[in-house]
Amino acid sequence: MLQGYQSWIYENQPTIIGTAAVVGPFEGQGPLGDDFDIIHGDLMLGQDSWEKAEKTLLEESNKLAIENAGLTKEQINFYIGGDLMNQIISSSFAGRTLAVPYIGIFGACSSSMKSLALASLLIDSGSAKYALASACSHNASVEKQFRYPTEYGSQKPPTAQFTVTGSGSAVLANEGQGPKVISATIGRVIDMGLKDPYNMGAAMAPAAVDTIQAHFRDLQIDPGYYDLIVTGDLAKVGYKLASELFNKHNVPIKETQYYDCGMMIYDYEKQNVQSGASGCGCSAVVTYGHLLKRLQKGEFNRILVVATGALLSPISYQQGESIPCIAHAVAIKRGEE
Amino acid sequence: MSSSKKKKLTPVQQEYNELVKKVEPKRPLLVNCWHAFVAGGTICLIGQGVQKGFIMWGGFDQKAAGNPTVAVMIILSTILTTIGVYDKIAQWAGAGTAVPVTGFANTMSSSALEHKSEGMVLGVGGKMFELAGPVIVFGTVAAFIIGILHWLFNPSIGGLM
Repeated sequence: MLQGYQSWIYENQPTIIGTAAVVGPFEGQGPLGDDFDIIHGDLMLGQDSWEKAEKTLLEESNKLAIENAGLTKEQINFYIGGDLMNQIISSSFAGRTLAVPYIGIFGACSSSMKSLALASLLIDSGSAKYALASACSHNASVEKQFRYPTEYGSQKPPTAQFTVTGSGSAVLANEGQGPKVISATIGRVIDMGLKDPYNMGAAMAPAAVDTIQAHFRDLQIDPGYYDLIVTGDLAKVGYKLASELFNKHNVPIKETQYYDCGMMIYDYEKQNVQSGASGCGCSAVVTYGHLLKRLQKGEFNRILVVATGALLSPISYQQGESIPCIAHAVAIKRGEE
Repeated sequence: MSSSKKKKLTPVQQEYNELVKKVEPKRPLLVNCWHAFVAGGTICLIGQGVQKGFIMWGGFDQKAAGNPTVAVMIILSTILTTIGVYDKIAQWAGAGTAVPVTGFANTMSSSALEHKSEGMVLGVGGKMFELAGPVIVFGTVAAFIIGILHWLFNPSIGGLM
């Protein structure tokens, strides 16, 4: 149901009955390594191209999430997925494997929460009994498409971010046990005129702040309503900027714990990732692999996940266009056992 | 950012751009220069050693030893690229690994490796010069301009003076 200007309240509170997070070797070595369902030792996943490796990641997390939900793929009514590849090939090809009705979305790195918000909407409105939402990214395929060949020796600035190799999937249902999706806020496209593709965190931070403020306004709540608010992949630079913006806009963010998925997945001391992590997979695997486990353990009662996306293409920035950004927020609460 | 670019931004955007400038960590220029000096110097030292080797044991003279030396450096760089080491060194070394001929070899071999999955002709053949292409194009243009200047101002060849 529409609440305020751009938020949805899910009156039936769709349940996340199964999740899966599949990651690559580098993510497995990070501090959240124990929380992921599958950690691959080979960045290629035994495939012969990066693109196929990414698709395989996604297929595995989809399959595992459906298994964890105790379902078979024939029971899934709709699959909603997004990724960073041109023409979202990873999601569409994974949709071919699943052979269930498929809705492909593109929201760059915000795809993780965009797919979850839409899948929840389908369940809440009774348009689906079971829906699958997923998002994935692969470090090498993203480097290849957006930056340079993976083995090319370029020096990354301290504002650069490291794209996560990972895929997260969630199965939603109108009943069952698991975390409940309670509301969502769909973001506006925000462009603050930044052009540096090596500083995405700074470009995305205003979009995250805009969506979070809209969420509080629409739902008429304060940050303290949540035990944890996480942004998707702002990393160190973007996190600092977002914190500054909260202060400037008088948002009492100190009432809650505010953190960023892009700062959680890697070990800054041991892993050379500059500002932090990025990619669709970042917020997806941190949410589905790590945060929901902590939520169900009772560490939090309610969390707000705000996935952030930079809506640029390699051509748009070469043509000197600034980087439009977006953020989508989804609120999740602990399900009663 | 130059003032002409700033004019296109709204005041709110300008304010945010200022804030970003304040918050974002700068590239450590001095450290980068030092790393580039050490890495570039080391590569040149290795090259010099290889050249001396060709002169001492290969029977080449100073000028003729140049070509096989470059070939050896290119092969070394390509091997390091293939085993996934060159990009790690480059993150530390910066311009130190980009400027010498090893950097040029790295641009070509990394592009060829990356696009092998798109086939031999359109992948490897077509994309091999993805990064090296501009170097060749603008290198040739620069050589052409310098050649004309050389012809114009060198009395022994003719020209104006």
